[in-house]
Amino acid sequence: MQISARRIDTTTIFDVIGDIDLANSPEIRKALLKEIKETKTPRVVMNLAKVRYIDSSGVASLVEGLKASRDAGTRFVLFGLSPAAREVLQLSRLLKIFEVHDTEEQALG
Amino acid sequence: MSQDLLLKVELRSDPSMLCVVRGAMERLTETFGFSPADCRSVTRAVDEAITNIMRHSYQGQMDRPIELLCRRVPKRSGKASGDGFEVLLRDRGPAVDPKKLRGRRLDEIKPGGLGLHFIRQSMDVVEFTRGRGANQLRLVKYLHPEQRD
Repeated sequence: MQISARRIDTTTIFDVIGDIDLANSPEIRKALLKEIKETKTPRVVMNLAKVRYIDSSGVASLVEGLKASRDAGTRFVLFGLSPAAREVLQLSRLLKIFEVHDTEEQALG
Repeated sequence: MSQDLLLKVELRSDPSMLCVVRGAMERLTETFGFSPADCRSVTRAVDEAITNIMRHSYQGQMDRPIELLCRRVPKRSGKASGDGFEVLLRDRGPAVDPKKLRGRRLDEIKPGGLGLHFIRQSMDVVEFTRGRGANQLRLVKYLHPEQRD
């Protein structure tokens, strides 16, 4: 799994590539919580278009990011959900609790 | 060796092994004849079950043994299904309280507790037993009648 960050104005975009599982979900969680709680970025966006697999620990990291953003009064946005990511969020019935967009342009709109 | 045996692996409780197991399960379930959706379901269930062993049974220790065994089992009598794909997972961690194997309610928005939900959602049989100093999780997924036996 690779995670990289881009900054556009007051938004940080995390591009995630590969499988998210127990081996690397702590890395996702750490990056998200640092950006939301410490850097206090007004909008944090996750690009999940190239996520091939995401397990329950990965979903839990996204939920933690969402909760932290609510506590901090910031926006947490997902976009470009791969079929695997969409399927898992639907199975966990969590899809509707996130702000989800199809494209980066929409996510930044 | 039994002709019904499909795969037998012993791995260490190192999370970096999860992608290796998923790769094997993706190929094996495809070869067994499952639909692409069922291949993903079974692979997800096995991945989540091993994750649970690593996190809860072994508390993050990375060098403990996990045994994974997959075999073909006969179709269920009286039910319209094909043969079953059985997965046995054994670990040497402390005894697990079955009451704690419930997972969380899905209407709760909180991290954690989803793994068991995914396992139950994916598999036709989910049985947990303890014996001879080991925890054993037995999972079975049956082929649909239209799928290949």
